Amino acid sequence: HNVQDGASAGKTLPERVKIVEVGPRDGLQNEKTVVPSEVKIHLIDMLSEAGLSVIEATSFVSPKWVPQMADQVEVMMGIHRRPGVSYPVLTPNLKGFLAAVNAGAAEVAIFGAASELFSKKNINCSVDESLQRFEVVTKAAKEAGVPVRGYVSCVLGCPYEGKVSPDKVAQVAKRLYSMGCYEISLGDTIGVGTPGGMTEMLQAVSREVPVNALAVHCHDTYGQALANILIALQMGISVVDSSVAGLGGCPYAQGASGNVATEDVVYMLHGLGIQTGVDLPKLMDAGAFICCSLNKKTSSKVAQATCKL
Amino acid sequence: MGNFPTTVKHCLSYEELIQDYPWLARWLQEEKEMVPTGVKIQLIDMLSETGLSVIEATSFVSSKWVPQMADHTEVLQAIHRSSHVRYPVLTPNMHGFQDAVAAGATEVAVFGSASETFSRKNINCSIDESILRFEEVICTAKQRQIPVRGYVSCALGCPYEGPIESTKVAEVVKRLYELGCYEVSLGDTIGVGTPGSMAKMLHSVKKEVPSSALAVHCHDTYGQALANILTALQMGICTVDSSVAGLGGCPYAQGASGNVSTEDVLYMLHGMGIKTGVDLSKVIEAGDFICKALNRKTNSKVAQARGDYSVHCHMKKINT
Repeated sequence: HNVQDGASAGKTLPERVKIVEVGPRDGLQNEKTVVPSEVKIHLIDMLSEAGLSVIEATSFVSPKWVPQMADQVEVMMGIHRRPGVSYPVLTPNLKGFLAAVNAGAAEVAIFGAASELFSKKNINCSVDESLQRFEVVTKAAKEAGVPVRGYVSCVLGCPYEGKVSPDKVAQVAKRLYSMGCYEISLGDTIGVGTPGGMTEMLQAVSREVPVNALAVHCHDTYGQALANILIALQMGISVVDSSVAGLGGCPYAQGASGNVATEDVVYMLHGLGIQTGVDLPKLMDAGAFICCSLNKKTSSKVAQATCKL
Repeated sequence: MGNFPTTVKHCLSYEELIQDYPWLARWLQEEKEMVPTGVKIQLIDMLSETGLSVIEATSFVSSKWVPQMADHTEVLQAIHRSSHVRYPVLTPNMHGFQDAVAAGATEVAVFGSASETFSRKNINCSIDESILRFEEVICTAKQRQIPVRGYVSCALGCPYEGPIESTKVAEVVKRLYELGCYEVSLGDTIGVGTPGSMAKMLHSVKKEVPSSALAVHCHDTYGQALANILTALQMGICTVDSSVAGLGGCPYAQGASGNVSTEDVLYMLHGMGIKTGVDLSKVIEAGDFICKALNRKTNSKVAQARGDYSVHCHMKKINT
């Protein structure tokens, strides 16, 4: 990556950043209130109007495990599919994948972990076993011509193991990439990462996976998300995951925040002269809408600062 | 701990300490409830035990304008003055300066603005007039060998004028520095700055004043503070202002946040391997104390996250 002398912060930044909006899925999945399907559909439609090009719509997991996503088919069929916008859905196994395609999904996502303990506690199997399961999905997806996005969780720390080795992250990312994932999103699941750890981890991963196939998914639990995203941009990453209104708390720290707010990310990117295609006021409208429906305050500082002026 | 951007290494290799200036005076000024003098004193004493080397204690403004600071003399005289800590106080004019010295102040601070409109609305005079006032204070302070720190507000934007030319900021900073301020703190008063505008502003200011005499004072109103501080570090700045528990809202945006919290700044710096000499858990304790006393929730995300000790006690392995 391009490291310059300390005389200026003139590091080369991408001209354009793709934002992957995870609010309707990752965000809502981690909200206690179960939201009616019409509200989810309206949220996704508003986000499509705001200029986002990738909006994670729902998850084809068993409703037994994730009641919030029980209306997966209804949501998938109810949203207005804007041309040029992708609506990926989570598919933890072949059954979910088939149901997703049946419901009209044109892109799917699978989740691996960089921590063995997290994998065991979360999905009841080792990292290797989970990747084997996913290989079934990626094969089927390839045959069906459906692109697959891979997620790696705990890339900067694990709630059970503590420190996670950057080489382990690189290994898991590499496997997902060679299985056919077109992009790997690296998740700081509990938000403990700082620019130091982010740099180290990205250096290890970018040795195994080309940087233009990488994305960062930073949590703001310790307030570090925007600083971590900035470092990632400086290292050539040009895809950033975020959640409208910062929806989705941290399931590992009661009352703490989780996802970084899309509004705050967009504010920073636009301030850096980076194009996103996102209309910030329309995005804030979508944020205001979902917060009203959830009867909660936004976690976006930009939204908090501008609503009363 | 691996490779860092060169500028961070610069700080490490020269063993420069990042100094935190909890902007105690300013946020207490903005708290609506009157904070009892005993609480202020206890807070400062707790902060003195954390390893922080500079703690802004109070403000010698007229109590008519800022009732929250009416007990300035009492506070300054009652705090336990640690030998490792400096306790600057705000002195807007000669009158305040004299009172401060009489009360035992050994360092003072003056406030300028990079925005004419802000200067007029805030202190009822132009930038030029305000600097003339400070000149007197700085001259007198020099004679008495009392260091003076300068602050420039609206460095990245003004609530009235909007964007501020970086050359204008550089002009005001240069004047304060040449008058005799040993350090000038650049304030993003309404928190509108981003790494883009921060880099541009610092680029202009560094042409006039050495980095070693600069500090950044970022507000987190738009969530940009840590990213802006990171940018400043990458550009060679080694002094950062922050406020314990991030208390002190933004007077220009109702309900919005203001100061960046010291806990969150420390978490980032320590995670990057930068030395500060500060014990994060003791700062969190001080933050807990003042939040309880004010019956307020902390604005620090680190403090919020660490609140659930049962899950996060092992997080200390990663980053203390």
